[in-house]
Parts: sequence; C-alpha cells; structure tokens
Amino acid sequence: MKLGIVKEIRPDERRVAAAPSTVGKWVKAGWEVVVEAGAGAGASFPDHLYTAAGATVLDTAAAVWSQADVVCKVRPPGERPDGTHEADSVREGQVLISFIYPAQNKALVDRLAARKATVLAMDCIPRISRAQKVDALSSMANISGYRAIVEAAQKFGSFFTGQITAAGKVAPAKVLVIGTGVAGLAALGAAKGLGAIVRAFDVRAAAADQVKSMGAEFLTVEIAESGEGQGGYAKEMSKEFIDAEMALFRKQAAEVNIVVTTALIPGKPAPKLWLKDMVEAMKPGSVVVDLAAEAGGNCDLTKPGEAVEHNGVTVIGYTDLPSRMANVSSELYGTNLWHLLDELGGVAKWKVDHGNDIVRGALVLDAGALTWPPPKPAAPPTPAVAPPPPPPVVKHEPVKGHGHGHGAAPAKPMPAAFLIGLLAVFAGAFLGMRFGMSQTDVSPSTFALVQHLTVFVLAVFVGWQVVWNVTPALHTPLMSVTNAVSGIIVIGGLLATGSGELTTSSAVAIAAVLFATINIAGGFWVTRRMLAMFRK
Amino acid sequence: MEAIYTPPIALAFLVAAALFILALRGLSNQESAKRGNLFGIVGMAIAVVATLFIPDFKIHPLVVVAIAGGAALGAFLAIRVGMTQMPELVALLHSFVGLAAVLVGFALQLAGGHADLTHKIEVYLDVIIGAITVTGSIVAFLKLRGSLSGKPLLLPARHMLNLGMLIAIVVFGVLYGKDGHTWALAAGAAVACVLGVHLVAAIGGADMPVVVSMLNSYSGWTAAAAGFMLGNDVLIVTGALVGSSGAILSYIMCRAMNRSIWNVIFGGFGAAPPKAAAGAPAQAAGEVLDIDQAGLVDKLLEAKQVVIVPGYGMAVARAQHAVRELTEILRGKDIGVRFAIHPVAGRLPGHMNVLLAEASVPYDIVLEMDEINGDLPSTDVVIVIGANDIVNPGAEDDPASPIYGMPVLQVWKSKLVVVNKRSRAAGYAGVDNPLFYKPVTRMLFGDAKGAIEKLVTELRTR
Repeated sequence: MKLGIVKEIRPDERRVAAAPSTVGKWVKAGWEVVVEAGAGAGASFPDHLYTAAGATVLDTAAAVWSQADVVCKVRPPGERPDGTHEADSVREGQVLISFIYPAQNKALVDRLAARKATVLAMDCIPRISRAQKVDALSSMANISGYRAIVEAAQKFGSFFTGQITAAGKVAPAKVLVIGTGVAGLAALGAAKGLGAIVRAFDVRAAAADQVKSMGAEFLTVEIAESGEGQGGYAKEMSKEFIDAEMALFRKQAAEVNIVVTTALIPGKPAPKLWLKDMVEAMKPGSVVVDLAAEAGGNCDLTKPGEAVEHNGVTVIGYTDLPSRMANVSSELYGTNLWHLLDELGGVAKWKVDHGNDIVRGALVLDAGALTWPPPKPAAPPTPAVAPPPPPPVVKHEPVKGHGHGHGAAPAKPMPAAFLIGLLAVFAGAFLGMRFGMSQTDVSPSTFALVQHLTVFVLAVFVGWQVVWNVTPALHTPLMSVTNAVSGIIVIGGLLATGSGELTTSSAVAIAAVLFATINIAGGFWVTRRMLAMFRK
Repeated sequence: MEAIYTPPIALAFLVAAALFILALRGLSNQESAKRGNLFGIVGMAIAVVATLFIPDFKIHPLVVVAIAGGAALGAFLAIRVGMTQMPELVALLHSFVGLAAVLVGFALQLAGGHADLTHKIEVYLDVIIGAITVTGSIVAFLKLRGSLSGKPLLLPARHMLNLGMLIAIVVFGVLYGKDGHTWALAAGAAVACVLGVHLVAAIGGADMPVVVSMLNSYSGWTAAAAGFMLGNDVLIVTGALVGSSGAILSYIMCRAMNRSIWNVIFGGFGAAPPKAAAGAPAQAAGEVLDIDQAGLVDKLLEAKQVVIVPGYGMAVARAQHAVRELTEILRGKDIGVRFAIHPVAGRLPGHMNVLLAEASVPYDIVLEMDEINGDLPSTDVVIVIGANDIVNPGAEDDPASPIYGMPVLQVWKSKLVVVNKRSRAAGYAGVDNPLFYKPVTRMLFGDAKGAIEKLVTELRTR
C-alpha cells in the first residue's frame, strides 16, 4: 500500500506530517511512501533525507494525491492559492488522516463525504490512557506550552532566574500559568527550568499534585467546587467561583511578570480570564501569552496571530506555536501517525475497525458515510484517568538508587509476612500462656512486657530499614558485626552474676559472660580486619 | 528488675542502642563502614561499663577473668582465621550467642527463678531459641568445615519428627510455667537442642548461605528474648536489629536462588535433584572444547573488556591472590578487568567480596550480578573460576532444570567464556551445566590456583 505525505498549503505552516525517521520506519514495515517535493523544507527536512529513508519524492501534490492510498497531513484540507481545494483532490476510497475539527468545519466534512473518502481526525483521538501515543493534540500542546515561555522570554526584558552580580541584584521572574493541562504543565516546566518562580492555577483538583510535583506553587480560591469536565478538560464554573478567581488573578497581576493562559472548554469560546484591568495592573515590560488565542483567547486584549502592546505589557496571541518549532513538531506528529497506522493494522492487516476505540473515536467518515460524533463512551473518565498526561519533556526521572537492585526497595512482601508471623508467635506465646494459665494475678511485669514489645517491634522496623541499605559487598562484615553486637548478651550474664558471690547460678552466668565476650572481641576484630582490606 | 536501671544507666543504654544502629548504617558503603564498626565498639563499651555501675552490683573476680579470657580468645580467633574460613567462624560465633543466652536463662533459674508467670515464659523462650541456635550453628559450623558431610540428612517422617519436638517443647513449657521446676526447663532445652541439630542437618551444603543467615537471625531473636527476660531495652533493640538483619540476608539469598525460605528449610534440596514433571532435564549435548594457557593469553591480549566470575572453587583453592596478580597485569596493559559476583557465590553472603578485598582487588571493579549482566554481551573474555550453578544457562531456558528460574550471570552472551574447573563433575547442586557445551565456551581444566598462576607466568613472558 502507498502512503502519501503532501506539503502543507498554508503559508505560515512549517510542519510536515512525518519526519524522515518516521518514513524510514514505515518503509521498513512494508509501506511504499511517496512524499511531495519540498514537503519537509519548513521543518528542516530536505527532500534527500526522505529519499535516503526509502521514500519516493514526487514533484507535485497532484501526483501524491493520485497515487497514495493513504494521505497524511497536518492541517485540515483547505483552499490552495490557485483557488482549487485540497478536498477535491481526494479520490473515492482514499484514506485521509489529518486534523479536521469536524465540529467547526461542517462544510469541509460534507465536501469530503461527497468524495466518498475515509477520514480520520487526529483531533478526535479519544483521551484514554491507551491512546496517549496517538494523541497529537497532547504532543502539539506540549510544544505550544514550551514555546510560550520561549516567546515570553524574548519579549521580557530581564532574566528568568534571579542573579546576584557585582552590578547588583536581579530578582527572579514570577510566572503564572492558568490552566495546567499538557500545555500548561509544559510551560510550567520550561519556566521552572529557566529559574523563574512559578505559580499555577487550575479548577481541577487533580492538577494540584501535578503542579506541586514540578516544583511550582498551586494557587487556590476559598470556594470548593470541582471543575472536572469530560476528557481531561475543565467545565464552566459558577459565578461565585469566577468572582473569587478574578479577585485572585487581580492580586497576582500586580506581582507576576509573565502570565500564560491555556484555558479551553471544548466546543465553546475560551473563557475570558485575564481582563483588561488585570493587564493594566501588570508592571510595564510584563508579558501575557494566550495559548487559547485560536478559540477567542483568555485575555480581553488578545489578537489571534499577533503580539500587541498595551500600556507597556505585551500580549502574545500567536496561533502557530507548534509550527514555530516545526522540526520537533513534525517528528512527534509523525510518531503519533505511526501509532495510529499501527492501530489500523499497519500495511499487513489494514482494517478500519469500528471495534477499536481509538480508530472509532477518530473516524469522521467511513467511505463517505458520516460516523462522527462517535457513540459516547459508557462511563465518564474518572479524575484519576482524566488529567492529560504530563508532557514527556518535563517528566521527572526517578532518582536511581545506589546501583543495587535492592538498594532501598520498599515492599518486601515475603519476609515482611515472615516477620509479622514471627512477631505474632512471640506475642501469642507470651499472651496466650499468660492469660491462659492464670486469670487471677496480672502482675506489673505484664505491663512492662507490653512496653518492651513496643520497643522490640519498633527496633525490628528500624533494623529492617537500615539493613536494606547495606551494600551486598559488605554482607560478610555485616554478619560479623551483628555477631559482635549480639554479644550484648554479656549484659545479661553480668546482671546474673550481680550478687558478687560464687554460687551455681553465678558460675553459669560467668560462663555466659565468657562466651559473650568471645563474640564481642572476635566479631569486632574480624570485622575490622575485613573492612581494612576493602580498598579502592 | 527494671527498677535497678537508674536514669543515667538507662540513658547510657539508649546511647549504646543508637550507636549499634549507626554501626549497621555505616555498612551502607565501604568508606563509612570502618567508622560504623568503631561506633559498634564504643556502643558495646558504654553498655558494659554502664552495667558495672548499676547500684549494688558487685564484680566477682572471676567475672574479670571471664571477660579477659573471652576477649583474648575472641581476638585469637579473629586474628587467626583465614578469609576462606569466614563462614565457619561466623557460624561458630552464632552458637556462642545462643550458648550465652541459654546460660543466662539457667543462671536466672538457678538463682531462685521467678514466681511470676510472665518472667517464666520469657526465660523459657530465651532458653529454647538459644538452644536451637547453639546446636544448629554447631552443625552448620561442622558442615562448613567439612567435618560433617554437606549432604542433607533426610530422616523418614522428618516433618512429623519436627512437629513432635515442637509439641514436646510446648508441653515442657506449660509444665515449666506451672511449677517453675528446673528439670522442665532443662528438658525443653534438650529437645530444642535436638531440633536445632535436625533442622540444620536436613539442609544441603549449597544452601549454607541461607542457613548461616538464618542462624544469624536466630541469634538476634535470642538476644531479644534475653532482653525481655531481663527487662533490658538495649538487649531487645540489639536483638531486633540483628534478627531483622539475618532475616533480610536469608531473604536475599533465597531470592538469588529463586526459592522460598520454607523450601530451603524443609526442602532437603541438594541430595536428589527434584525431577520436574516436565521430564528429565534436557541432556546437554555437544562437544566440550578446551583451551590452554597460551591460547587464553592470546585471547586476553586481544581483548578490551575482561570479566572474571569467581565462585566457591576459587575460595577452596585460595586462588584469589593469583587472580589479583592476573588482574594487575591485564590492567597494566590497559585491558579493562571487572569482577562479577553472584549473590550466592561462596558459602556466606558477600563471601567473594571479602576474599577479593583480602587479595587487594579494588572494590570499585567488583560488581554485582544486576550491575554487570547488561554489559556481558559486549565483553570479550569471561573467565569463570570455580563457579558452576551461578553461570548455568539451564536456569533460564530449561524448565526441567532443578535450578530453573534462579537468576544467573549470563556469561554465555559474551564473545568467549573460559571456564576453569578441576574436573568435569557437576556443581554443588548436582546439576549438569549446558554452558560447557556452548560454542563460545572453552574449558581450562585444572586446580584454580595452579591454572591461574600458570596463566600469570605465561602472561609475563609476553
């Protein structure tokens, strides 16, 4: 089967549907790939890289459209400068995969339906855990969030990180991120990485932990109201909540230098969160980046596609942020496509399977028949699954242990059970016999026993924690040193000789002292001997 | 009894307990370990001195003799012991802890005993656990020394026997709890002694690392029981520390052999390899190819990365110094040499590390299995010295093998494996090793020490 990649027609679109690395994987998997000449130029992928990856470069878009069984694009099909429309290049039975936005682009969907095409929309991938690898909205949002900070830094006249220099002290920049979905978290991570003080606000409670995990401060309002909506988005909030939110933002406006807003509500215009008076309350030189510009903007003053200045504050409303990083955007978008084609069965088992929830969600037209919107999933996603995945670039690698597989491993079920069993035997033997045999006298020693049991159990836990940290190379010294310290039983022997007279009892105790001392001296000495041998 | 611990003395005990924790903490790496040992010594000194200051405590001259004698004997043992004999010494010291605990229990009993039931129970438990530790450790010591056969003793109906002894111990315990007679205590202790012997006698030689760690754990629980008996928290804390330490070591050893602790204690593994239902282990087929020192030197000089896998055979032959010399020469020629240590190599946890340290092999080139397994495919030459089961590919790919599932060092993934072995006999677990028949494997027959020394001589001539 033939896979076609065409050049994007919008003049400000630098992305391409797949990078040469992705094309190489397709070719390896058995696809024949045709690429329009110059398709990757804007993303720094010259044609020869595609040729090297095993693709055939064709001169015209028409050639790609007429040869390919599956055509991959980034932007929805649109009108070319010469007046023709990309949708009219689609052949009957051809498969088109790109962003479509069927809700906003009814006319386009009708036009494609007339061509009897099969269309999968990358913006309609269901937001379920399994689909994350296909989720182009997330991978693009991640890039937008990062780029938002880069754009802000360009307009912002100072350092992000605080500095103390010979020429004086510079305070760190304060960044506020409103809406901490994928884009918001990426912005937050990028700002944190540059050294700024980062604060974030989100109506979804689940966001608080994600924000804190990245080292940012999570702002809250006094009103309790859950903002969890469907598919990881927020829902519209009540009037009281919005008033409290506005009061919070007004207070922040005077303090922060950079605001990034990312609030979107599916199918509705973006909520207005950063009002004109807040922009005016900001210090001159401050920057607002509105990532919701395409949906009308979160800021009153946003002009989509432009950066405007108001009272010395720059309001950035660029709508092409992923395209500004076309190289990596294309790379990630292509990988999303690769996974979608994989879900479609790849070249060998190609099937538009309505039973596959990822395919079904993305399927807008099946051979011309409208299949959008897909049937609603049975249950709304729970908060635990709903929040979008944190962007990969800022994922925290867990700090690796000291090299050993069992460095400080937490759960050790088998021996833990073993230990608890042992404790139970101890306790059971004591208590069972104690109460089983004499109901009449409960001596003070029983109370002392419980006290000692407390000490014992706690000490077992301490020992457990400490010993897991011992490096395996020192297990032999560990044994000899524990030999030595268990010689502490010498105290018992000493106490039993306490009267100072020689009786049978104290003679036995003196023997105990002898053996215990052998242990102490032998154990410590041999440990010392061994440890002295370990050399780097 | 608690009343005698005045606040200053109780505080001194607290400090001692804290120092013991720090002593174990110190062992988390080689640098801090020496300081940790010092902490232990200081803690012990504080605890002993504090005991002597207990009001009305009178020191009998014989106590001083016992302490001096014990210290001298202990030091003598510690100085004299060879690193290859560490397992024996450790087992012997375990038995001393148990013995001391038993003696203390009897001393208290003979001093008049206790009317109080709780105290009687504490004394009884202390003596029983102590007695099991004493005889169990002595049997382990004898097995490790080779005075007793490493073969497990498998009496008919041995589980019933264990159960019977356990019941007898409980019965004597009830009798003792009722009347406090010395004979009941002694009878219980006697049965516990037999139980200790029987438990350890049933365990095979290959499982000795587990047994020694398990006895380590017992000796700790003994000390803790003595602490309960005397109402002394420092004993309880120390005992608990040692007890959990031994339990963890047993667990690590068991996991390294892919077996449960119960399987080790009751399995009698090592005598007759269990025949898996799937059928007999796949017969290793193919030819065994050998190599001589000259050929191996050629290969070594071409190599960039060499990994040495030592096993118990190296310890037995005392070949560690020759191995160190080999390491030095190769490193002098800019050939990377590292050591790969399997968790159950040797007869004691960490045994190989101590032997290599004794021979002055720098510890930063001595790696654990998990650290080095990933590097083996890019290794040019692997030299296996006196190890067998821990490099057996059957553990990974032959479900019928008795050691199937045990994590092993994947030496066969390297470019060349040279196995030094005295003869063609099977390993301790009695399992034939398909490694010897792999195309990348060459055998270097001969006693480890002699073979490696010859290799060093050959290498010096180049």
